Amino acid sequence: MADLHTVNKSPFEKSSLETAIKCSLAGSSILLIEDGVYGATKGTVAEDMVKGAMGDRKVYALKSDLMARAIKDDRIIDGIEIVDYAGFVDLVEATDKVQAWL
Amino acid sequence: MSEVKKFMYLNRRAPYGTIYAWESLEVILIGAAFDQEVSLMCMDDGVYQLVKGSDTSESDMKNFMPTFRTLGDYGVRHMYVDKDSLEARGLTQDDLIEVAWEDYETEEEVDNIVEIVDADQVAKLMAESEVVFS
Repeated sequence: MADLHTVNKSPFEKSSLETAIKCSLAGSSILLIEDGVYGATKGTVAEDMVKGAMGDRKVYALKSDLMARAIKDDRIIDGIEIVDYAGFVDLVEATDKVQAWL
Repeated sequence: MSEVKKFMYLNRRAPYGTIYAWESLEVILIGAAFDQEVSLMCMDDGVYQLVKGSDTSESDMKNFMPTFRTLGDYGVRHMYVDKDSLEARGLTQDDLIEVAWEDYETEEEVDNIVEIVDADQVAKLMAESEVVFS
């Protein structure tokens, strides 16, 4: 029952992250990729929503997409784990299935 | 030469995730050849287009941030950033690139044409523009 939910849209433009959080169970993982990584930043209007999800879900963000968008480590919400492509593969392997929120 | 018009390029999308930001930059550079009065307005996720420190070395994408820094040389006179959009994303002017501008005929210089504007100013600037490209 532990699924991996990938989100690739900005939380300020699309409801993908909000819906992914709403539709994911405790114990599941949420991986932010592409424009989805904006959801990992501190001080935004989406921060509380992300922190709320982190109570019983694990949130990850993809390193190369953070780098391209100039999101430095000190801007990332505490507790979000940064993964590279190999880490992405590990997550896919460790979870039952992948659900993509586009 | 035909009359000069006030052009505004309205950028509302984040860089990289979609092609909009890149295409907009291309159009601005092409438009620069026509000697119009050009300004750029970044709002919503478009403010991310001006955030400094982009590193695409692990992404297989071209980093087009350096090109934004040259827009002053291509005749863009103002680069406006919507204050509300910036604040909603936890950003300040310190996070943004600086773009210099110089009029080579009058030698008038501006160190940084990136300017934060509030909602009332945004509406006024758009209304004053004769053409708005989205």
